[in-house]
Amino acid sequence: MKEIMEGHFRELDQAAKTKSHKVAWCTSVGPAELLKGMGFQVFFPENHGAMLGATRMATDLIPVANAIGYSPDICSYLTSDVGAYLKGVSPISTAYPGLSGPPRPDVLVYNTNQCRDVHDWFNFYGREFNVPVIGVQTHRGVGDVTKAHVDSISSQIRGLVPKLEEISGKKLDMDEFKRVVGLSRQCTDLWKEVLQIASNVPSPLTFFDGTIQMGPAVILRGEQRAVDYYKLLLAELKKRVQDGVAAVDGEKFRIYWEGMPIWGKLRELSTQFADLNACVLASTYCSSWVFPALEPDDPFDSMARAYIELLIVRDEDYKERYFEKQVELYRIDGMIFHDAKTCPNNSNNRYGLPERLTKTYKMPMLTIHGDLNDLRCYSEEQARTNIEAYIEQLAEKKSR
Amino acid sequence: MSGGQVFGGIDVGAATTKAVLIDPDRRLLASDVRKTGVSFESCARESMDAALSSCGLEYRDLAGVFATGYGRHNVGFAHATRTEIACHARAAHHFFPRRITVVDVGGQDNKIIHIDSEGRRENFKMNRKCAAGTGVFLEEVTQRMDVPLSDMDRLARQASHVVHMGSYCTVFTKTEILAHLRAGEKVPEIVAGLIESVVKRIVEMDPLSGEVVVSGGVVAHNPILAEMLARHLGHPVQILPNAQLAGAFGAALLASEDSSASS
Repeated sequence: MKEIMEGHFRELDQAAKTKSHKVAWCTSVGPAELLKGMGFQVFFPENHGAMLGATRMATDLIPVANAIGYSPDICSYLTSDVGAYLKGVSPISTAYPGLSGPPRPDVLVYNTNQCRDVHDWFNFYGREFNVPVIGVQTHRGVGDVTKAHVDSISSQIRGLVPKLEEISGKKLDMDEFKRVVGLSRQCTDLWKEVLQIASNVPSPLTFFDGTIQMGPAVILRGEQRAVDYYKLLLAELKKRVQDGVAAVDGEKFRIYWEGMPIWGKLRELSTQFADLNACVLASTYCSSWVFPALEPDDPFDSMARAYIELLIVRDEDYKERYFEKQVELYRIDGMIFHDAKTCPNNSNNRYGLPERLTKTYKMPMLTIHGDLNDLRCYSEEQARTNIEAYIEQLAEKKSR
Repeated sequence: MSGGQVFGGIDVGAATTKAVLIDPDRRLLASDVRKTGVSFESCARESMDAALSSCGLEYRDLAGVFATGYGRHNVGFAHATRTEIACHARAAHHFFPRRITVVDVGGQDNKIIHIDSEGRRENFKMNRKCAAGTGVFLEEVTQRMDVPLSDMDRLARQASHVVHMGSYCTVFTKTEILAHLRAGEKVPEIVAGLIESVVKRIVEMDPLSGEVVVSGGVVAHNPILAEMLARHLGHPVQILPNAQLAGAFGAALLASEDSSASS
């Protein structure tokens, strides 16, 4: 993992420095396949945001962005990333000696399926680097995905091509594009299989492992090395299942995590759950890079469908049905909703969903208040007590 | 566990530490309440020392001690820990052995716990990361008015009307109080408004259906809070006996029921 991630960042650095390839910045569920298919090296600022969170650099950097008018209430990936840029610091340079940070972009390509903030985030850099910002505006609150939805997104993705051709100086090669979509589909299928292996009892994988293991599915999808990596990982996990190896010793409780990770507290949370014999084994977040709709022979429409089938853009009824399936698939005892202060689109507790699911499943739900990157929004002691009390409650329920 | 027939509970809360001793028949033998201060461990020890000495007992007489509260993991003499949610639920079920909703207004957080007729928790909620509507909120804002906490209940009962507070932030409420004072409002009416704002924070957490029982130090010292909550809900609200000791009492009860406790 470390090796291929390092390779990715060094290639990006080289591309930007030597101008061997054009560099595109892309949102995490943006049209990466198209960009890679057109020969761009692709950098994902959201990945950088997560690195800032995990290294706990974010909380000190967010106020730097706040000071220039980016509110503490908006996406803390955005504010910590902008803060890092303004301060000239990056976890990339710490992790990979010789690299100074994100590569200079030639174009910024967004998809608002994550949120509107990504567009504003990219606009900041568009102004800073004086490069084009282009993208896709995705529908929100989507119930059933219709042909009209797919046509709308597909035509927007097609609409990016002329500008990208102009920037890259090359015509789109459909065969190469299809090849990349094919690799992305292979990657996504394998990643899905990795995640679903957690349905075994005991689970060989935790959500916390998933937040690290998902790296290639996000930033290297469409590349052979991501496919190779997940084949290797899957084989290892299958062996674990065969040998009865549990990710959490003495697994007693199986928990679903709904919402963003609290990047700066992954270790503490992982340890607390393990100490309570609770395995947080599945999440919506890690499944956000599962795109079963991708079809190499129909790259534009299938990308459009894949990127609008995501949970984050769906309506509450769809989400409720989705969670019901997850509870059954993973044999879940409890669900924890993370209400991330600066990420409303990934905080699915805010419209009564936990309460409705409690009624359906007679299963207690827990909401933890925190944030993906801004640890000022997180009360560790309060969260610890909530989690401990929740597991006590599940133990009581099991003993009935 | 070893020792005699006495069980202990220690609740190291954010504001105060409470120690409780009970006999095998679950009767309260002794208790102690003191400010938590900066050392959980020594405060817990001093509190339990005081409770023990008040009835001529020693640590070796304790068959089991459970700790709860924010400092529960810092109590070296406790045999086990349980969360405040578990302990308040247990204490409430002891006095109200039926389906109830427990509201604990603590020093630093509020908890709402639904328990079934067997005393098992069906669900619980804690306030968000914000101290507004908790004990520390009242402590902070009354400091601004030079009103001792112990006078709040008396003052609120003197109020001819309630000054409604629009803010739910502790700091902004302090500013709002200044505006009300400038506008000529009197202290009793403002104090009543502060207690009402605690009630508002509670009712926004949960619909609070069914029989409601309030526990914790805030209501122990300000029973008017339960009355205001009852008016808001439109049905009676009960206060747990020895409401400030509820966490520690629940911990002692759980210690007495622990399978490893000697009999």
